[in-house]
Amino acid sequence: MITKRIIPCLDVRNGRVVKGTNFDNINDVSSPVELGKYYSACGADELVFYDITASSEDRKLFTDILTQMAENVFIPLTVGGGINTVEDFDRVLKCGADKVSVNSGAIRNPDLIRQAAEKYGNQCVVISADVKRVDGQFRVFAKGGREDTGLEAISWIKRCVDNGAGEVVVNSIDTDGVRGGFDLELLKLVCDAVAVPVIASGGAGCEQDFVELFREIPTVDAGLAASIFHFGQVRISELKQTLKENGITVRI
Amino acid sequence: MIAIIDYGVGNLFSLVSSFKAIGVEAVVTDNEDVIRAADKLILPGVGAFGDARRKLAQTGMDKLVMQEAAKGKPIMGICLGMQLLFEKSYEYGEHDGLGLLKGETVPMEGTLPAGYKIPHIGWNGLIFKQNNPLFRYIKNGDFVYFVHSYYVKNCDDSLLATTEYGPELTAAVAKGNIYGCQFHPEKSGEVGLNILRGFVDL
Repeated sequence: MITKRIIPCLDVRNGRVVKGTNFDNINDVSSPVELGKYYSACGADELVFYDITASSEDRKLFTDILTQMAENVFIPLTVGGGINTVEDFDRVLKCGADKVSVNSGAIRNPDLIRQAAEKYGNQCVVISADVKRVDGQFRVFAKGGREDTGLEAISWIKRCVDNGAGEVVVNSIDTDGVRGGFDLELLKLVCDAVAVPVIASGGAGCEQDFVELFREIPTVDAGLAASIFHFGQVRISELKQTLKENGITVRI
Repeated sequence: MIAIIDYGVGNLFSLVSSFKAIGVEAVVTDNEDVIRAADKLILPGVGAFGDARRKLAQTGMDKLVMQEAAKGKPIMGICLGMQLLFEKSYEYGEHDGLGLLKGETVPMEGTLPAGYKIPHIGWNGLIFKQNNPLFRYIKNGDFVYFVHSYYVKNCDDSLLATTEYGPELTAAVAKGNIYGCQFHPEKSGEVGLNILRGFVDL
């Protein structure tokens, strides 16, 4: 039986993981490669690297790190951030990424998903949507959640999947950072609307939030989080044990 | 030395890295001498079957693989590379495979019960159907990483392991010197590396 996935997300800037950590068993907590190895050993099912660089030197540094990661960590690697063209897909895939996540790039150019899916296959293309409630409607936001695109979220996500996205990351701006649990209302709507895997993001504060996510929405495939893993509030190995005890199928 | 057949499809970076991680020399090559000198061959593959089959023929790698297979050299196909070992595929039309194994590749679409998403993406458990030295370092039920929308059926006596996704889908095959994994051992953590160790130690 296919397992529910637990995915830590690492924001990388200037070749370092941005959010600090308090793990006493790794020497360099802001080294993406060290942290990636650590998470892989703890049972992370996949890693997401988010490139939040500004300059082209930074970008080169990011792809170098990706290469080192792919040489050392043998679980799927997804890359997001700054993906605007098919050439951007090419750049990160050649360095060892398995999947590429697009967000603002797809909003600017809706054809990007179709072009990338035709070239690299649907399994490689992930649509990541930042979603927020505005006037009783779920809206897609661009530019890291700062700009309301006016697009209705569910129909936007459906359109991306129709164009060839093989997976969907749903990040709820409303629940992000609050640590009060995932946005179940939004996630249920997305899961009912598309037939590809859905990854929940935004809002996890404790182990129980993941239990609730997979219990309430059995069709959701994965839970993604960043700071609660980086700061050690939730340990992935313990989280998976808790999920298992609650009857949720996980890889242990 | 392991030769990873290069015929212009897919990203082979992780595959090379994973052999390196287990201390085994692996080269990505389309050089006939290197391939003939190799102890074992890997046939990789991602993308569409028809395109990959055409490239195998254009590069002449199909004939070379067949000749080496006939000599008894161990060959392992991975993902689409496994599907290419079989007689036929029904991915966007009908295509002939290499025919080293009996069976065919069919779409999941329309054959899975409601609620099973396509592609089949994620970690799923192996259900052993035979004992084989390929799996000497792993155990029944171990999890491996799958990404696919087509699967092999009617593979009869080459069926080595399945995975449950609605019905049981073919996950690994072996017959004589021919081996195949539908999943990605290079993305399956320690279990995956142990399958590659099993292949190296055949």
